[in-house]
Amino acid sequence: MSAKTRNILLIVVALAAVIVLADAVFIVNETNQVIITQFGEPIGGAIVTAGVHLKMPFIQKANYFEKRWLEWEGDANQIPTKDKKYIWVETYCRWRISNPLVFFQRVQDERGAQSRLDDIVDGEARNAVANYDLIELVRSSNRVFEQSEEAVAKDASEVLAKIALGRDKIAKIILEKADKITPEFGVEIKDVQIKRVNYVDEVQKKVFERMIAERQRIASKYRSEGDGKSAEIRGQKEKELKRIQSEAYRKAQEVMGKADAEATRIYAAAYNLDPELYQFLKTLESYRTSLAKDTWLILSTDSEFLKFLKSSGR
Amino acid sequence: MSQEFPNIEFRIPKMPKLPKIPAKAIQIGLVAIVALVILASGFYTVSPDEMGVIQRFGKFVRLTDPGLHFKLPFGIEALTKVPVQQQLKQEFGFRTTRPGIHSEFAVPADAAKEAVMLTGDLNVLNVEWIVQYKIKDPYKFLFKMREAQATFRDMNEAVVRRVIGDNSVDEVLTTGRDRLAHEVRDELQKLCNAYEIGIDVLQLIFQDINPPDQVKPSFNDVNESLQERERKINEAWAEYNNEIPKATGVAEQAIRSAEGYATERVNNAKGDASRFTAVYQSYAQAPLVTRKRLYLETMNEVMQKIGKKIIMDGSQKNLLPLLNLNEEVKK
Repeated sequence: MSAKTRNILLIVVALAAVIVLADAVFIVNETNQVIITQFGEPIGGAIVTAGVHLKMPFIQKANYFEKRWLEWEGDANQIPTKDKKYIWVETYCRWRISNPLVFFQRVQDERGAQSRLDDIVDGEARNAVANYDLIELVRSSNRVFEQSEEAVAKDASEVLAKIALGRDKIAKIILEKADKITPEFGVEIKDVQIKRVNYVDEVQKKVFERMIAERQRIASKYRSEGDGKSAEIRGQKEKELKRIQSEAYRKAQEVMGKADAEATRIYAAAYNLDPELYQFLKTLESYRTSLAKDTWLILSTDSEFLKFLKSSGR
Repeated sequence: MSQEFPNIEFRIPKMPKLPKIPAKAIQIGLVAIVALVILASGFYTVSPDEMGVIQRFGKFVRLTDPGLHFKLPFGIEALTKVPVQQQLKQEFGFRTTRPGIHSEFAVPADAAKEAVMLTGDLNVLNVEWIVQYKIKDPYKFLFKMREAQATFRDMNEAVVRRVIGDNSVDEVLTTGRDRLAHEVRDELQKLCNAYEIGIDVLQLIFQDINPPDQVKPSFNDVNESLQERERKINEAWAEYNNEIPKATGVAEQAIRSAEGYATERVNNAKGDASRFTAVYQSYAQAPLVTRKRLYLETMNEVMQKIGKKIIMDGSQKNLLPLLNLNEEVKK
């Protein structure tokens, strides 16, 4: 064998080795897990550790699956609740391939799994919603609303109804039921959440009407409160006015009465010295003031003042 | 086909003669260049707001901090940069179409659906909010959950609805906003931890919270009625404040004038009394003559004032026939 043919042979062998090796070596990403199949038959368990792995070249095939949590979103479903309210319910869940071997055998790939999940989770969601009143899907506890000023008597019947389970627990029920079925195809469900709950349009219209009526009630309460409060203040004002005026009157009368009494006492004390003199003086004074120019005075010469007209009297 | 092309003569320009380089030197040079290129492809920088995640043959091996680093070339080690320091934001119920001083917002149909939710008293509200978050754990963020961001959106919607669903419409609209934002943030963080999504929720802020358009006018009417109530009360108080001080003043005036009257009355009395006392004292010394004097003085004064004086003799008993009183009055 010449050196040249030996060289060529070497290169060919090396190339073949590279090709074989390239098919024997496969890389598993951190996000993946792998099932090895030989002519379509799964061989051994799942490879879940990331890094470089080996398989039989050509006759074995590496099938990649996701290792991470995967998304699933339910369609918006129109479902009647137990109290016959038609609502749209949207759920989501997160799931992962927990048993790649079973997963591979039963549903092949993610698409298959998604469609199984549609059946199972949507189905369980339907069942759950239909078994409970709407309020159970909306509230998650029985906490008492903060009574703001606005909170006037509402439609107590449905709004203040106590819930038995609530949104969280209903979601848990869906999760538990679904999670019992999904291991059949190698899937584990992490969490089911009720994402959206909305009224269907016809119900919505009625709800809006109710909301409007409720607001109108509140508004008219405010208006009448305004009237009431202002009337109350006006009444208070009237009362206050009367009090002020009457108190002032009382005080003034008291003051004047006291003064009158005082004056009376003073007069009495002085005039008691000689009541007759007082009468005389007062009478003279009243002559001065009451007799005027247009007064007719008819006097007899018998009067004291004129008695000297007829004689000097002596 | 080839005959369609015109004949072109290709001429290869003659290479100029180069000086002979020893084959050994060329070999060394080539090896050096290749080595350099390989080395250069292994260097990478991580900017200050990021962290580098290195995977060797797909397996996670290390995290690298900001700065210049080296990884094995030829795709042996792969780099993913994760912006751990950046504050990321997601919007719900609206979208910022153009951020700026006057940011522009839009509400596309899918965003509008995000906002519609039920309150605990079964009312409908449109709630818009934003959430600010950071990628805390690049490993979890990349390797634990596919579509971590989309998942985070779903989590947001679920948690906000759950919390709003446990509050009354009035609480959501007015008193409870801050409390609710904190509650949602905490719940969301709990869910993030449970999902191992590697996200740290910084803040959740409620933006516009509105009733649906159809019922908005009635909500506005409530506000109006509230204003009206306040206005009526204020008006009544204004009236009160207007009249009460005035009345108090008037009352004060009445009291003062009564007091004035009192003073006057007492003083007058005292004056009159003093006068009388004085007169009495002098009168007592000579009562008879003083009495006459007083009488005559008064008569003197009075007689001067009186216009008609008729003096009759004491023996004349009937005066009336002599007088025509009617005529006198007419004049």
